[in-house]
Amino acid sequence: MSVGSQQLARRQPSRRGAELMLLGCAWALGVLGTLQVGWATGEGTPSRLWVTVGVVGALALVMHIVVRIKARYADPLLLPVATLLTILGLVMIYRIDVASAQRAERNSAPQPTPDVYAQLTWFAIAVVLFVAVLVLVKDHRRLQRYTYSFGLLGLLLLVLPLAPIIGTTVNGATLWVRIGGFSFQPAEAAKILLTLFFAGYLVVKRDSLALVRSKFLGLGFPQIRDLGPLFIAWVVSLGVLVFERDLGTSLLFFGLFITMLYIATQRRSWLILGSIFFAIGALLAYQFFDHVHNRVIVWLDPWSYADTSGYQIVQSLYGFANGGIMGAGLGQGFPNFVPFANTDFIVAAIGEELGLTGMFALLLLYAVLIERGLRTAVSVRDSFGQLLAAGLSITLALQVFVIVGGVTRLIPLTGLTTPFLSYGGSSLVANWVIVALLLRISDRARRPEIHQIDADDALTQVVRRV
Amino acid sequence: MSELALTLIRLAFLGLLWLFVLLTVLVLRKDLRQPAETRPTGRSRQPKAPKPAKVARQAKVRGTKLVVTEGPLTGTVIPLNTAQVTIGRAPDSTVVIEDDYASSRHARVYPSEGAWVVEDLGSTNGTWIDRTRITTPTVLPVGVPLRVGRTTLQLQR
Repeated sequence: MSVGSQQLARRQPSRRGAELMLLGCAWALGVLGTLQVGWATGEGTPSRLWVTVGVVGALALVMHIVVRIKARYADPLLLPVATLLTILGLVMIYRIDVASAQRAERNSAPQPTPDVYAQLTWFAIAVVLFVAVLVLVKDHRRLQRYTYSFGLLGLLLLVLPLAPIIGTTVNGATLWVRIGGFSFQPAEAAKILLTLFFAGYLVVKRDSLALVRSKFLGLGFPQIRDLGPLFIAWVVSLGVLVFERDLGTSLLFFGLFITMLYIATQRRSWLILGSIFFAIGALLAYQFFDHVHNRVIVWLDPWSYADTSGYQIVQSLYGFANGGIMGAGLGQGFPNFVPFANTDFIVAAIGEELGLTGMFALLLLYAVLIERGLRTAVSVRDSFGQLLAAGLSITLALQVFVIVGGVTRLIPLTGLTTPFLSYGGSSLVANWVIVALLLRISDRARRPEIHQIDADDALTQVVRRV
Repeated sequence: MSELALTLIRLAFLGLLWLFVLLTVLVLRKDLRQPAETRPTGRSRQPKAPKPAKVARQAKVRGTKLVVTEGPLTGTVIPLNTAQVTIGRAPDSTVVIEDDYASSRHARVYPSEGAWVVEDLGSTNGTWIDRTRITTPTVLPVGVPLRVGRTTLQLQR
């Protein structure tokens, strides 16, 4: 009798109670934060506070109940952490709304429309999609059947902003699609679809991709023929960079593909090859594209461009400095000095008002979220699930690294949204779908009874090692 | 709102934020102490105490366990009761064999009229009882090698 089966005598609790408690805690933080913003800015208790807060609470509760029914054994931390991040985002967006309104009042300019209600609507849509994923996808392995459809759809969505009429260019980057009055970033959906595609593709092809044909410097390198997918990923991400001028997305896709290749094949040579391809791409982009060139120059010396292209990053750094260790306090900083404070630079606003203490808490929350995703990848049995969970977690990790690194001037700034925090519907919805998929996989991974045969539970066979 | 009150609220907010992080860590820690059934090593589960009725039915069927005698899973024992056992590379098989010579759904073993019957599920390399490749569901006698790919199984009492 092995150790494993003795441990199995204890039953795995579902941990849904812990999840509910943490959700309550996240909600309380939201209420406190909103009140603080209102009081500190002199707005008083926000007029629609209880309605807004009630809606957020109800949405969180709906998700909790759906998880309880549909994914009973899913990870207890994914949902509350993602909810808290969304709530922090809502509080921050409200904070920036107040700041913009007050500034408009001072300049006797027309009042801008507040963004927080739009974001709340998007959160509701995200919850609908979250529920839909958990209800419709009963078993994540089913998704493997549509590998190539997902891949094709993902690529289509990626190039959709280039289509005439519906594609729109905003601030120099062509990543929006506008149909009627409704606009969204298809790249956000493409991110999930392509992760699904990569996972399905690599499960099938990983054996040939792991083959070592030549040894060089002690590392095995794959066959030239097998370099095909890597090359295609490289060309596609360069294409996104060239035609849509979207640095962040192209970086995300290439990074995602390389890491998934590495996870699938466990060959370090892919990482090295990937880095070489990345370096070539980065050099080419630096040489030939002004917008990339500018970003790098501003990154190296933002103060020389403090009034022009470096304005954002300089203001963001001043914000962090103003925040210090304990932060200026919600409602007491000047977050709207940074242009796009509620999208790309929301982390700067949080850094200013919550300080280093708050930033660390925020980054820890992201770390927990990503760790739970990767742990799901480690514990689920089927290789497709493993790759999918790892890929989805890495999507989140790359986004956080790229945007937080950019805002804090660790790496050149690229326009990516901060998962869950940033104002922007497509990104919020897409990230919630990622959470739903991770919950679905982790339910499978943590479920105590593994259904191996079609017969009912009582007849499940037992495999024992002696 | 006085300065002091605002400072207190500010600190309370940060405190609550860190409390959340702390609670998260506590849940994480508790999770680590959980039995490791989610790990790849813990794929099986504790057998349930067999109900009397089940025992009676089981007794009628000859052979109580399937033992792997050759191949990567050598030593694995699959207790048989009343349900079928599927063999193959597919992750949802009862016996998952990592073997290039096995099909994803290779064969199944099911009880029928007091015996265990082997059926080939359209595998590429066939299912063999002793030296014969089976084409129809065949009764598996006790102690005779059943070959699936490079894995050999044996029915034991």
